[in-house]
Amino acid sequence: MDKEEKIIELIDVEKQFDGTVAVEKMNLYVRKGEFVTLLGPSGCGKSTTLRMIAGFELPTSGKILLNGKDITNVPPYERPINTVFQRYALFPHLNVYDNIAYGLKLKRFRNTYETADGKKVVKKEKLSKAEIDQKVSRVLKLVDLEEFEKRDVTTLSGGQQQRIAIARAIVNEPEILLLDEPLGALDLKMRQDMQLELKQMHDKLGITFIYVTHDQEEALTMSDTIVVMKDGQIQQIGTPKDIYNEPKNAFVADFIGESNIFSGTIVGNRKVRFINKIFDCVDDFPLNEKVDVVVRPEDVYLVDEGKGQITGEIVSSIFKGVHYEMTLLVGKTEIVIQDTQERKVGERCSVIIKPDDIHIMAKEFTVNRYDGYITKKNTVCFADGEFECDVTQLYEGSHLDEEGYLVTAEGEKIDLTDVDVKVEVGLKDVEIIDNDEDGDACGTIISIVYKGDHYQVIIRTDDEEEDFVVDTEYTWNENDRVSVRIPKDKIFLSLKQEAKK
Amino acid sequence: MKALSFSRKHLGIPYALFIALFVVLPLLLIILFAFTVEDAEIATNNISAFSFSFENFIDFFGKSANIRAIYISFGLAVITTVICLLIAYPVAYILARSKSKSRNVFLMLFILPMWINFVLRTAAMKELLFAIGFYRSNRLSLVNTVIGMVYDYLPFTILPLYTVLIKLDKNVLEASADLGATGPQTFWKVVVPLSGPGIVSAVTMVLLPTTTSYVISDTLGNGNVTIIGKLIEDQFTTMFDWHAGSAIAMILLVLIFLTMLITGKFSSGEEVNTRGGGLW
Repeated sequence: MDKEEKIIELIDVEKQFDGTVAVEKMNLYVRKGEFVTLLGPSGCGKSTTLRMIAGFELPTSGKILLNGKDITNVPPYERPINTVFQRYALFPHLNVYDNIAYGLKLKRFRNTYETADGKKVVKKEKLSKAEIDQKVSRVLKLVDLEEFEKRDVTTLSGGQQQRIAIARAIVNEPEILLLDEPLGALDLKMRQDMQLELKQMHDKLGITFIYVTHDQEEALTMSDTIVVMKDGQIQQIGTPKDIYNEPKNAFVADFIGESNIFSGTIVGNRKVRFINKIFDCVDDFPLNEKVDVVVRPEDVYLVDEGKGQITGEIVSSIFKGVHYEMTLLVGKTEIVIQDTQERKVGERCSVIIKPDDIHIMAKEFTVNRYDGYITKKNTVCFADGEFECDVTQLYEGSHLDEEGYLVTAEGEKIDLTDVDVKVEVGLKDVEIIDNDEDGDACGTIISIVYKGDHYQVIIRTDDEEEDFVVDTEYTWNENDRVSVRIPKDKIFLSLKQEAKK
Repeated sequence: MKALSFSRKHLGIPYALFIALFVVLPLLLIILFAFTVEDAEIATNNISAFSFSFENFIDFFGKSANIRAIYISFGLAVITTVICLLIAYPVAYILARSKSKSRNVFLMLFILPMWINFVLRTAAMKELLFAIGFYRSNRLSLVNTVIGMVYDYLPFTILPLYTVLIKLDKNVLEASADLGATGPQTFWKVVVPLSGPGIVSAVTMVLLPTTTSYVISDTLGNGNVTIIGKLIEDQFTTMFDWHAGSAIAMILLVLIFLTMLITGKFSSGEEVNTRGGGLW
């Protein structure tokens, strides 16, 4: 058979639960014999996708093809697909042998016989006891649990139950084996052993594996292909190497391994500015494009002060076994670094980041984001300006008393002075004023792009710290000095430290 | 301080006393009465007049009516239990599997009769049977008794079954379907075996009371149905022969014990931990 043959294909598959979308218009195919991992945080739709392939859930719309045949509405018991469940789901009333033989005993084969007078008779036949015995003992050997046949499954350890669950699925020789976070309940050492065993099993059996996990390390270790999902959508499909080295967006980068993610701007031909420094890079993006810059902690090289591109102070250093994980504070930005050589906290160091190790991703720019803080007057400072804002949105149901303290719904008084906040301002909510005095913050227009029905203007504040991206109907000129004003109700605030009580 | 502290053993004293007074002592008294007769013309229940004898047992087994009562008692109990299970299982299963919010209301409606006085329920059933004409026929006495017993004990069957079925792991059912079992196959191979403990406790809840509760057979049987419970009552309240009554109570005890051994055999295939207490 053709190695490239698609064994299963999802076409525009969508699943809704009571109106909320769990999986959105998904298109995916898996090649025969592949080890594919669906990776994502909980609630990203990966388990739902698996359950639709198994047949436990019917898609709201779309089609699922198995070997080119539509199986969208085929019940699970007629699909040549078996599942290893998260919590094993062994039958507690059956012993190990009966658990594994469960599927085999149900199986019926159509055998055609020719009678003496030449008629063809089709008979449905069961597997014989001897055949079942043989298959069960073979599969028990595969999972290293020979002589466990008569044991009660409830007396087995988690790892052993897991092996039985795997044995119970593969003994049926399915075309596809689905594994729904099968190692989630095991301890770390056991999990790592099982990862290798599963990988070996996959190589030995030649069955297509579709594996669901939220553990990126598991996915990187075992898979041929990783499908990264978020909010019911596929973010990226690729080999573990591709996904790790060339993540498509900041989410994938962050989810796969540790990453430093900075917001940056393209300032020249293969030049990107982030942490207030201009770096050479290898990706080609349009000038002034807002981008996410991803740098892996192990790709940041620590050197003595002054010998690198940027300098800062070590604020934390944790021993992680093979390496030290250190945090370098540069201005207000933290850079996480992994290095085998320890630098003491408080030491000033420089870092070097090579152009190859700077991964640049287009930012889906829908909102201006800033880091700011609240002043005594309950205004918010960000991007070189001070803006009036509604601080009561930080705590639901809160209000301000006469003295300007915030009173929460529970009656607790909070002093917001100098509290760090995240600020979001919509692109259409920024008003540009033609002089640099009347607004709340001022800067220079560095770019103006016509976007069909409006202009997108980028205003950079004077100390070149922050940009305002503004959608506007009016045309402006580059290098104009302008100021910006933002209506009080269009500034959205959230606390940096979650739920500080 | 030490003088005030109780060990855990001390906490058990009230229960030990209770058991001694209300379980062990009465049982001993029954045994004493069962194996003795009184020489006096009029029963005085004075222990000095007692003499050891098997007479009570010999008398009991000598009367064919008594043997008949045993057959009827157990026959009624078994039929009632089977009918109760046949009605209760689908009800409990449907309720347990339904996602509807009114599920609790339905469950409540099914078990609500449990809270209404038992004698009243039986009297009401008598009126109903009279109205549809069943009660007027002597041949239907046994049928009427069964109807009454099923009606009275159905809630006791639904409840334990529902409790087991609601706890059934959905993953296990999915695993069964995944391995190739159709709906009915999953039901017989997984659901029924796993609800074994519920079935056993439902049987226990129905089988034992129905062998002895003569109120139903008295009220609905039109005097044609005599069960063991009735025989015991007669000895104690009409004949004032405590010795004969105790002997019948002992026979019943042994018979019930044997029945429980048999039910225990059926459930021995179940998972040990989930079988209520592992007593039988």
